[in-house]
Order: sequence, then structure tokens, then C-alpha cells
Amino acid sequence: MIHEDSKALLEIRGLRATVNGIEILKGIDLTVRSGEVHAIMGTNGSGKSTLAKVLAGHNAYQVTGGSITFEGNNLFDLEPEERARAGLFLAFQYPIEIPGVSNSHFLRLAYNTVQAQHGKDELDPLEFEDFVREKMKLLDMNPDFLDRGVNEGFSGGEKKRNEILQMALLEPRLAILDETDSGLDIDALRIVTNGVNKLATKDNAIILVTHYQRMLNYIVPDFVHVMQAGRIIKTGGKELALDLETRGYDWVGAEYHAAAEA
Amino acid sequence: MSAVLQNLVNQPYKHGFVTEIESDIAPKGLNEDIIRLISTKKNEPAWLLDFRLKAYEQWLKMEEPKWPNVKYPKIDFQAISYYSAPKPKKKLNSMDEVDPELLRTFEKLGVPMHERAALAGVAVDVIFDSVSVATTYKQKLAEVGIIFCSISEAVQMHPQLVKQYLGTVVPVGDNYYAALNSAVFTDGTFCFIPKGVKCPMDLSTYFRINTEESGQFERTLIIGEEGSSVSYLEGCTAPKFDTNQLHAAVVELVALDNADIKYSTVQNWYAGDENGLGGIYNFVTKRGLAKGVNSRISWTQVETGSAITWKYPSCILQGENSVGEFYSVAVTNHYQQADTGTKMIHIGKNTRSTIVSKGISAGHSNNSYRGLVRIAPTAAGARNYSQCDSMLIGDKCGAHTFPYIQVRNQQAKVEHEASTSKIGEDQLFYFAQRGIGSEEAVSMIINGFCKDVFQQLPMEFAVEATKLLEFKLEGSVG
Repeated sequence: MIHEDSKALLEIRGLRATVNGIEILKGIDLTVRSGEVHAIMGTNGSGKSTLAKVLAGHNAYQVTGGSITFEGNNLFDLEPEERARAGLFLAFQYPIEIPGVSNSHFLRLAYNTVQAQHGKDELDPLEFEDFVREKMKLLDMNPDFLDRGVNEGFSGGEKKRNEILQMALLEPRLAILDETDSGLDIDALRIVTNGVNKLATKDNAIILVTHYQRMLNYIVPDFVHVMQAGRIIKTGGKELALDLETRGYDWVGAEYHAAAEA
Repeated sequence: MSAVLQNLVNQPYKHGFVTEIESDIAPKGLNEDIIRLISTKKNEPAWLLDFRLKAYEQWLKMEEPKWPNVKYPKIDFQAISYYSAPKPKKKLNSMDEVDPELLRTFEKLGVPMHERAALAGVAVDVIFDSVSVATTYKQKLAEVGIIFCSISEAVQMHPQLVKQYLGTVVPVGDNYYAALNSAVFTDGTFCFIPKGVKCPMDLSTYFRINTEESGQFERTLIIGEEGSSVSYLEGCTAPKFDTNQLHAAVVELVALDNADIKYSTVQNWYAGDENGLGGIYNFVTKRGLAKGVNSRISWTQVETGSAITWKYPSCILQGENSVGEFYSVAVTNHYQQADTGTKMIHIGKNTRSTIVSKGISAGHSNNSYRGLVRIAPTAAGARNYSQCDSMLIGDKCGAHTFPYIQVRNQQAKVEHEASTSKIGEDQLFYFAQRGIGSEEAVSMIINGFCKDVFQQLPMEFAVEATKLLEFKLEGSVG
């Protein structure tokens, strides 16, 4: 929801980034204010996931130009874990398995790390158990999964729910959901998106990275951006996503290039 | 991130110092005279000298094993001194009389014996180089008939027991290093648990190699009589030297009917520096004979040290329904090489064995699991379950698995599972994205990976092992 008095959480200016020496992001400008939901759409290879990973600080990506400020601070000054503690959250497209590390232990450590950052009380294992079970109800999750290894043997849907559970626990200022809808059946999609909607407040913001419009039926974006070849080539409201669904992406590119040549 | 990691990688070996204690060192080299000298110094009976000489005779005819997946320059056995003992100032009756310098050494090692003995209820038979210096709790153990002393003392005080069992599990000519050990062993531990006695505390020995270029040849013999049980802990650390030191120990366990012997090791000998210079050569023969019905032998090892590890704690499951277990974590970093595993030899009916091996390789190291499961024709109903997991950290190390399975009985059941994984950037990034720094992440991943083995360790050892692994591996990722 767009508010009159909302503050800019994230400001990206002229962002360029490479991976293995190949330029993927070629000048991104984007401002995200608190309370807003942004959808970033585009075809495979357009740079959507790269943008998500650059924001989170993955070291496989080199930033070669531009700036990012997050709540007024230079994001590049922060290590990935510091960004997370500052309230930047990435729900991974492919959450990785960490065999042998129990999910409850992992979740509690992550939760307590962020709590400590904000000078708040940490929870002991018993307190945390109660706390996390409440949050799990939000996502209709089976408590058994707390005892399993982190994402170990989880189905695609379970992994995505686990990501959103972490979002619910960490209560980030800015959540970037990288293709959280992929691999979810329609019921799971409803549960997960419903969970995300309950977490959205006027003080935080969400960036949805997705190929498809269907997720946007559940989480309604304030802005839709279309990425192509490392740039945002079009920005519109939620109706743009519907347009894309019926017309595909080609026309956006054609329009952009025509404008560039004119 | 990387500066912090660099720092951690380059942490010097914590236990690298040399204690200045006058040593009584034999001239370098190995021959019959040296063996006679050792035997005379130790005032041994004739049969034991014969045992040594027979071993030496066999050793001369043997060659160093070439099959392990390790590389090292040829060892000059004539350049090693085979006997070194701290000169005792006088005969020691209590801990108070132990050389204060020696006690300080243990303090530095973090083995405060008084505290350890008092708080943890652990009897510590301390080995310093090759001679036992002090034994605590012996009195208390003696009350229930347990003999826990140095093997030299056992030779003097209980010669019949030693003679009856020594070399029965690992014969003098078993392998090159066992033969060498049998010829020149200077001291070690002897433990005898009589019929029906459950040992009231964990028994523990701390080893330490102290004199430069003096090979250490420990000999351990543990006997569990009918219906007895014991848990034995072995912990190791050594000071830092640039020349390689040879360690060739032999451990023999004998479990009679319904006896239960649990042997746990945390090994942290000097592994050489980050360029592979120096470090201990650890060529050890450990074997348990589950001789009686329903007997059980369980090995748990956490191997983190030594430049080269060559070690296969094994079980011969002779008694019907006997059980053998092997739980192992082997960690190699820098240029360390480990070729370790186990042998489970099923002879008796309905014998069961479990193998859980976790290998972690980092740096330029090489880590091999080598295991044999043999089901003899007599072992009807035998069962084995093996699980071998390897974890790689970085892209310059190696993990290898060499399982040998020989089944000669149709009714046996053998299962083998193996996996290889890697601590990757993406795992660490996942942790980082949840606010968890790389040190803590590595520690969690490693502990998760080793959980099945750590669960087998006695409580205080488990804590020590966890810290040791963190210390060894912190900074190797990134």
C-alpha cells in the first residue's frame, strides 16, 4: 500500500554488476518505500535473480557501478550477515539443504541473532519452540519439520514455506521473494501468499521477483517493473502484470527499443 | 570476511611447546642390542624379551605397507631413538611429587589432573613420552578388582595376565608397524576388568610425545572378563617440531562373554604447518577381539591431528551374537593425509557390526576411508551396516572411499551407504542471509555432519571434540 508519508527504504541508483566478468545488471534504478509491494518481472536471464542476490550481498557478484542505500545507509558497507541483521531478507529461489543441522536450531540461531541486533531478548529452546509453533500455524506447517535437517529432503513447497516461516520469524524491513511461487501447487501458493500478506505492514516493504502473474493475484503489487537485459525497461501498476500475462514480454522490449531509437 | 578467516587459518598449533625435562635417551638406531637395552632398563622377564626379539626378527623380513593412499619420504628407522624416559628424581607416591614442570605441561594442555580426577571422576594414567609418571584413582579401582596401570608396571605386578593376552589380538608379525611396536614398545596402558565388574568411571589416558625425534611406541592392552564393562578414553596432543615424528602404537582389546569395551579417542597430534612441514606420522594398529558370546567392542575416534594417519580400529567378532561398532570423524586440513577406517571380521553366528565414518577434508589434504567387512562362512545371520560420508571444504582437497566387502555366508546381510557433500559458498551465504556469520555457520554444518559420531562420545569428550573441530576448520572456508 502506498502511503503519503512513507520513507524510502531502498534506493538503487545506476546499479551495475557482473558475474564471472560478464555484465548482468546494466544500470538499475529503483526506489522502494515502506508499505510498498513491488513486483519485478521478466524473462529468464533478464537479471531479476541477480538483482536479488546483489542486494543480499552474494560474493559471486561484483558490483561495478552505482549505489544502493538501505534505510539511509550505504548497503555496500555491510557484509551479507550485517545486511540480514539490518532487516534485509531474501527468500531464496532454491533454498539450500544443510544436512544434520536441525531446522529448529537453525531458526532459533537466526532469530536470536536478529533479536540481539535490536537489543531484544533472545529465546531459549523451550520459549522458541512455543514461539515458532505459533508462526508455523500461519503457514499451515507440520511441527515435525522442526526436527528435520534444514531443508533436508523437503519438497519444493516445504522449502518455500520454510523461507516464509523465516521471514515471519525475522520480521524484516525489506523482504525480497525470489520466485517464491515457483514449484508451488495452487493450495500451497494460497497458503504462502496469505502468510506473506499477513506479514506486510506499513513499515516494511516487499519485492516479489516472479515470472508469472498468478502470484500477483494473491499479493497485489503497487508497482510492476519489467526487467530485460539487465535494465528495468518498464514500470507500471498491477494492471501491467495482467497485460504481460496475455501479451507476453516481447512487446515491452519492442516499445523500449523504439523509444530508445526515437 | 576473508581477513578474519585468514587469521583463523593461520592460528598456530595451540599445544606447540617443548617441556624442558632431562630425558634419558637411548642412542639412535635399532638392533638387538637396543631391544635388550630397553628390556633390561625395564627389568623385564625373559619371555617378554623373547616376544620383542621374535617381533624384531619378523620386522626385519617385512616391508612398509605401500597400499595406503598416503605419500611421505622414506623413514630412516636407524635415525630414531627408541627409548627416552624422564629421569625420575625419586620414586613417586602421589601427584604432589610429580615434577612441577611436568604438571605445568599438563596445565598448558588443559588437562588439570586434580580437577579432572576430582570433578569429572576420571582416573588418568598419564603417559609422558614413554614412561608412566602418575596414576590416580588406582586405589579406588583396585577396591573393585580393576587393574589400571602402565603396561610396564603390569609386566612386573601381573606378569601372568600380560603374558596370557599380549599379542593374542595383534600378533607380533601382524603388520610392519605392529611388529616394530612389539619389538620396541616402551610403555602404555594395561587395564583389566574382572568378571562381573562394571567399571565405576571412565578410564582415561593422555598421551604426549615430547622428545624430538624419539618415536613413541605405545602398547595398550585392555581385558574385559565375563560380564564386565568399561569405557576407556584416549586423548592425544604433541608439541610442535619441524622434523617428522613416528608414532606406531598397538592397542589390543579382549572382551570375554557378555563383556563390553568402549574405546574413545580424540587425536590432536601436531599435523605439520600450513605448508605440510613437520607433523606426526601416526601408524597405529588397534584391534578388538569380541571373543565371548554377546560381547561388544565399540570404537569411537575423532582424528584431527597428525601429518599422516594410518589407522584401522577393528573388531574380530568371534563370539556368537557379538557386536562391533566403529564411529569415526577424521578431519584433514592443509597437507594432512589420512587413510583410516575399520575392519569388521564376522566369525560367530548372528554377529552384528555398525560402521559410521565421517571424513572432512579441507585445504590441500587427502582423506581416505578404507574399510573391510568380512563375513566368514561360519557367520550365519551376520549383519553389517556401513555409512561413509565425506565432506569437502574448498576445491583443492580430496576424499576417497575404499570399501571392501567379502561375504561368504548366504544368510548374512550387508548394507553400505556413502555420500559426498561440500560446504559451499551457497550454504554459507544462506546462513549469512539469516544473520549468521561464517564461523558459526561452519561450526553448525560440521557439527551437524558429525552428529552421529559425537553422540557416541562420552559427554566431556564430545564437548572437547566439537571445539577441536571448530578450531581445526575455522577459516578453511571462504
